[in-house]
Amino acid sequence: MNPLALTGAAVLGIVSTLGGLVTFALRALSRGIVGPWYPRQILRQMLDIGYYSLPVVGLTAIFTGMVLALQSYTGFSRFQAQSAIPNIVVLSMTRELGPVLAGLMVAGRVGASMAAELGTMRVTEQIDALSTLSTDPYRYLVFPRLLGGVLMLPALVLVADVIGIMGGWLVSTVKLGFNPVSYVNSTFGFLSTGDVVSGLVKAAVFGFLVCLMGCYQGYMSRGGAQGVGTATTRAVVAASILILTSDYIVTEIFFSH
Amino acid sequence: MAARETKISVKGLAKAFGRNHVLRGLDIEVEAGTSVVVIGGSGTGKSVLIKSILGIVEPDAGQILIDGQDVLAASRRQAQALRGQIGMLFQGAALFDSLPVWENVAFGLMAKAKIPRDQARVRAVETLEAVGLGEPVADLFPAELSGGMQKRVGLARAIATRPAILFFDEPTTGLDPIMADVINDLIRSVVSDLGATALSITHDMASVRKIADRVAMLYEGRIIWEGPAKDIDASGNPFVDQFVHGRADGPIATIQAPQRRAG
Ligand SMILES: Nc1ncnc2c1ncn2[C@@H]1O[C@H](COP(=O)(O)OP(=O)(O)OP(=O)(O)O)[C@@H](O)[C@H]1O
Ligand SMILES: [Mg+2]
Repeated sequence: MNPLALTGAAVLGIVSTLGGLVTFALRALSRGIVGPWYPRQILRQMLDIGYYSLPVVGLTAIFTGMVLALQSYTGFSRFQAQSAIPNIVVLSMTRELGPVLAGLMVAGRVGASMAAELGTMRVTEQIDALSTLSTDPYRYLVFPRLLGGVLMLPALVLVADVIGIMGGWLVSTVKLGFNPVSYVNSTFGFLSTGDVVSGLVKAAVFGFLVCLMGCYQGYMSRGGAQGVGTATTRAVVAASILILTSDYIVTEIFFSH
Repeated sequence: MAARETKISVKGLAKAFGRNHVLRGLDIEVEAGTSVVVIGGSGTGKSVLIKSILGIVEPDAGQILIDGQDVLAASRRQAQALRGQIGMLFQGAALFDSLPVWENVAFGLMAKAKIPRDQARVRAVETLEAVGLGEPVADLFPAELSGGMQKRVGLARAIATRPAILFFDEPTTGLDPIMADVINDLIRSVVSDLGATALSITHDMASVRKIADRVAMLYEGRIIWEGPAKDIDASGNPFVDQFVHGRADGPIATIQAPQRRAG
């Protein structure tokens, strides 16, 4: 198949999945909110999504902050604009890179494992077994994951913001000769609540999308180990695309006026 | 025996997967408090039959009545209430592998009967003992058990809530003959002591003789013979004879093509 046909097929696939996806999401939310709730499941998901993603997200954030400072320095020194580095770092981290990179890392870690777990439960009939035990799989499996994603991604992003800014500070003071105190001052002088809030809203949206894709692909998977493998790949790819697409949309909503 | 009410009644059930017509107008009735066993070759649609009744598989045509009410026509809530009386042992056990054994068994007790965790655990261990397992396996995870042990945990999970209806999909497959007999006795006693209605699937003729009040044979998508368990050796039906005696030659084709029908 030529690349164009491949792209076309992918787009068609996405569009046709969209209807099923929306139905799935609405069903999970409407049933999940009404309850019964499963606090144990919610807690387990919050731990899994939030706490266990900390190392990955932290590591990504610190190097991103460091690279950001270094790159801006090499670029901006040509215009004698090095003093803008603290601003660049804090803006890029809070508005964009924090949420997007955390979202992508969580998509790879959590989205994939959700798809694999639910996919395995599907093909080994565990999801069918749930319904024979008077338990709604949407309430027991899907809703806790969606809730975990929406709650924990903003928390992760907050941590990523702090660590990323620290990374930028580290490179700027140790390598680029900035004054540590005045760097911090100009960082906070420039930071506005809106920047952080927009990043956190993005994080909540990404968290929802990542977990939704993981659950949906897993829940709908068919046909044994191969089906579970396909579901996992799809969950990660679709979540990544959705993150970048919705990133633009949320940015447009926040900053276009 | 006094006339009993019909607990489950399936009429004209049809289900095809693509061109594979598995069930083709199947009728079966299960009276309250009796144990019916469905026999039939591998791949004839026995599991599809009970999954249809459970609502896991959506049939193409037919009626499924539980307590006289059509579950396919009922509202979601109503259908759930009717099917809520069914305890199911899956062919592959289908244990929740993220939960320890006791929580698997106690799952229905906590979800359906709303029994607190500590009490549910006690009941779970009792039920595990009834299937020849006990305290030592309660805290293991399903992946740490042998296939036969998983099957018994699945059985314990199915009966723990003492449901009015029980479905057993090959309850003794993968068990040694002694443990199979223990399980057969257990199924028998669940039916006679608790008054449950049971619909089982098995290939194991020893099991059929022990647990069945009535036997039905599924072949080519329909029930071709149905009668009391004691008549099984004198059914006069060549298909049943061949199956009961496990002979390679007879009317049942041994090289199985998926059941297809032109058009
Ligand atoms: N989800 C499905 N999708 C497609 N085909 C299916 C599905 N489930 C069952 N089938 C087909 O339906 C037929 C009957 O399957 P079923 O599992 O009911 O057999 P069975 O009588 O229980 O056999 P066994 O004794 O081996 O368990 C098989 O030909 C199988 O290929
Ligand atoms: Mg079967």
